[in-house]
Amino acid sequence: MEFFVISLLNGLSYGLLLFMLSSGLTLIFSMMGVLNFAHTSFYMLGAYLAYSISGVIGFWPALVIAPLLVALIGALFEKYSLRKVHKFGHVPELLVTFGLSYVILEVVQLVWGRATVPYGLPPQLQGPLFTLFGTQFPKSRSFIMLTALLMLLAVWLLLTRTRIGLVIQAALTHPETVESLGHNVPRVFMLVFGGGSALAALAGVIGGNTYVTEPAMAGAVGSIVFVVVVVGGMGSLAGAFLASLLIGVLQTFAVSIDQSLASGLQAVGVPVGPQTFGHELLDLSVAQVAPILPYLLLVLMLIFRPRGLLGKREN
Amino acid sequence: MSTAAAPAVELKALRKSFGKTEIIRGCDLAVAPGERVAIIGPNGAGKSTLFNLISGRFAPTSGEILLNGKRVDGLTPYEINRRGLARSFQITNIFGHLSVFENLRCGLLWSMGYRYAFWKFLADLRDANERAEELTRMIRLERKHDTLAMNLTYAEQRALEIGITIAGGAEVILLDEPTAGMSKSETGRFVELIREVTVGKTLLTVEHDMGVVFGLADKIAVLVYGEVMAFDVPEAVRANKRVQEAYLGSVHGDHPAHA
Amino acid sequence: MARSVSRPRVGRFGIWIGFAVLLAVLPWIFRSSLALTMLSQMGYLVIICLSYNILLGQGGMLSFGHAVYSGLGSFLAIHAMNLATKGTLPLPIVVIPLVGGLSGLFFAALLGYVTTKKSGTTFAMITLGIGELVAAMSLMFPGFFGGEGGVTTNRVYGGGFLGLTFGTQMQVYYLIVVYCFISTVLMFAFTKTPLGRMLNAVRDNPERVEFIGYSTQRVRYFGFMIAGFFAGIGGALAAINFEIVNASDTLSAARSGGYLFFTFLGGATFFFGPMIGAVLLVLASVLLSEVTKAWILYLGLIFLFMVMYAPGGIASLIMMNVRVAAHRKLHQLWGWYAALTATALVLFVGVAALIELVYHLQLESASGSTLRYLGLMLDTQSIATWLGALAVAIVGGTMFEAVRRRFALEWGRVQGEIEAAMVFKEPDAEMPLGGKAAVREASLGAP
Repeated sequence: MEFFVISLLNGLSYGLLLFMLSSGLTLIFSMMGVLNFAHTSFYMLGAYLAYSISGVIGFWPALVIAPLLVALIGALFEKYSLRKVHKFGHVPELLVTFGLSYVILEVVQLVWGRATVPYGLPPQLQGPLFTLFGTQFPKSRSFIMLTALLMLLAVWLLLTRTRIGLVIQAALTHPETVESLGHNVPRVFMLVFGGGSALAALAGVIGGNTYVTEPAMAGAVGSIVFVVVVVGGMGSLAGAFLASLLIGVLQTFAVSIDQSLASGLQAVGVPVGPQTFGHELLDLSVAQVAPILPYLLLVLMLIFRPRGLLGKREN
Repeated sequence: MSTAAAPAVELKALRKSFGKTEIIRGCDLAVAPGERVAIIGPNGAGKSTLFNLISGRFAPTSGEILLNGKRVDGLTPYEINRRGLARSFQITNIFGHLSVFENLRCGLLWSMGYRYAFWKFLADLRDANERAEELTRMIRLERKHDTLAMNLTYAEQRALEIGITIAGGAEVILLDEPTAGMSKSETGRFVELIREVTVGKTLLTVEHDMGVVFGLADKIAVLVYGEVMAFDVPEAVRANKRVQEAYLGSVHGDHPAHA
Repeated sequence: MARSVSRPRVGRFGIWIGFAVLLAVLPWIFRSSLALTMLSQMGYLVIICLSYNILLGQGGMLSFGHAVYSGLGSFLAIHAMNLATKGTLPLPIVVIPLVGGLSGLFFAALLGYVTTKKSGTTFAMITLGIGELVAAMSLMFPGFFGGEGGVTTNRVYGGGFLGLTFGTQMQVYYLIVVYCFISTVLMFAFTKTPLGRMLNAVRDNPERVEFIGYSTQRVRYFGFMIAGFFAGIGGALAAINFEIVNASDTLSAARSGGYLFFTFLGGATFFFGPMIGAVLLVLASVLLSEVTKAWILYLGLIFLFMVMYAPGGIASLIMMNVRVAAHRKLHQLWGWYAALTATALVLFVGVAALIELVYHLQLESASGSTLRYLGLMLDTQSIATWLGALAVAIVGGTMFEAVRRRFALEWGRVQGEIEAAMVFKEPDAEMPLGGKAAVREASLGAP
């Protein structure tokens, strides 16, 4: 029972972190049609910057400063690079962010080295939030959940209740009309791109010290975030939310299950041994298979429901 | 027109909603083979939606669409095309990086049976090449034979658009605002072209230019708020009071073309 | 007027014969064993990059997971060779690349069905996901994928083929180039077939294709399979070449990224672009990586600039200038090219110095504080060095920008003259992949 509850909470916190990442990606994609391949690179950058800043002035200022710095970098990139490529179409836009991801990775390794950095939790977030049946649920993870939910709320309010949010929503489908109404649409795009990058960086700030901060972190979470976005339905925030939680919980549970098909079969009396055909496959424990579960989900979703969980039907 | 033959295109109680908005609210229409029908109506009446439904781009919410007596609602665009219906687009929809000749040849590859062949050379397909040459002449773009489609003038691109549409030899042709954006003289020449290339075929065309409508069409269907308000010969439609109120305004045609 | 039907079927014979002769003769021009290794790698990477361009340049499909098909081709080939060595499956080595091709085809058919259900950015993400899926699965089946040590083989088995045992690198090179030549011819021929042309149409306007009787998804799917077939051939040749296949390298996202990088760099809009890309890939990974630790950073920056300023790649830059030369106006630009190159060099020297200084500090501080750079000894501890490098970079940058602007004006003027001369004379449009369009586009948005 405690395994279930703790795993569920862990899964939800991981899922919410995934959502923080995939929501920024979805927003940028919906707004600008650009799939930002460097999105998880901004995540990584946020973690590393927070590590350096918190080493100097502490974690809590870093929580604010790091995302702002990354937002600036994102905005500058949009203005001086992405914008130039816009006229060539969506594929070159994706490619330019692809190139950026490599450059960021190299620069990060250059500045901070290739090994894991000791980005640690501040004292306020260390230790358990509560103890359930003898297993602890750490404060840091609940902080992730809290931040993610607050962020979601803030973005939703911004988009639906403020003027700039309305302009953004309008520019999403009719940028020329919005521009002819006097709004500076390129500046709006720059804000959106910077904002999305800031969200990614924020995820990095709080994820980097709960999980690990190393050069491979961008790639490790990158493909899963893309899976989340496709499974949830391209352009659907609610879909991304659902898919993030689903995949987060699925992976967390799977990683702790040591049973395999073989042990399952044996439990019901079917003898399975090294001589059995396909025993290599049957012997795989669920935990060993866990890394590919998101991708299996992707393939299944594409076969049975190509538009994703909450995606719109394409015309 | 033989009344015993099945209509080329028939719509029965056709409805289409997008979310809560119902655009097509119950359309009934029967177009006989070889008939030339112009579909007119105010903006927002659903004319393009109707074309999109008939050609398979959208699936209807309810109702039936029949092509030569067989149901085609719910089929994909290519399935409908293979059954003998082709359409053009209001916003030019051609293959920008291919030449005029290549565009036309692509339009007829399937109907000539070449399908997904990767074991034959395009240069060796005598019948396809000859037909594509013929089409280039028909749409009067021989001088632009090897020009990339994206480098053509607007009117030339519209001509190519029609060329691709008729290339496959479909018997039922749908033209969506073929003269959109053209000057008066261009329109006149274009209507001539349309008449020539659609000889003997069933033609449905969405048009705003009344001069074109009265010049091309055997019958006019008036679409208002997603319903067919009238479907009759031009004189009758012109005299129809309800149509006059809803759309035509003045008795004489020649309203300026507008998108 | 009808087009002449009498010209040669598959392009101009002369070029193909020249290509064949070049392939045959290269090892005699570059005689070192390092050169032979690199030429061998270039041989099969040409096949793989061309196969990648069937997706990217011809079909408009951006794939981040092409290494899956070349990699699985490698694995099945190497297992086939091992089985052949044991006598279970008597296949002579000259046929092994076809085993790779068939496995590439098989997996492309299997995975491609799902992958091609979507297009555009979604397609790209799916290829990424499937690439990760296969890479992750490789860890789960060490029996097939060989675990950390990979799978090894001996390519010298059986009775040989016409007296050739393929033990020496030279013989392997010739095996590779034979397949390279044939694959290139076949892939070029493909661009001239109905399916090839419809693939281009799908790239240009996927929606319209459905209204002329074709299923867009089917066209993409078949194109995907053909690309997978040739990728498998390339992968098999790689396995033969190295006699070892390792999952973490062969199936990696980095390798897929490499194909994308260099195919794009070489030029996706011309048929021969990926061939240039393959050559650069080998030069970069073998030579450049030895010269500097920062090679990936340099590549990333070059890639960024290419996407922004020359999206047609090197091939398009070449063809633009070929066009200018054909109109006998190239001499007007010589001076400007020289100036551009000179200022770019200054800029590059400055920027590279800075990058190398930082790299040295970060990664090699153990070996002292000075580093060799272009024959100079630079001291990373001295402020003067840093300021000097910065100054060179800034000066180079400003000069380059100034020259670039003037060059752009000159270029525009030359293009204008060419366009005016071309009003009644349309050039031969016999260039697949929208080549002429890329020339025109790129020339209008001149560097």
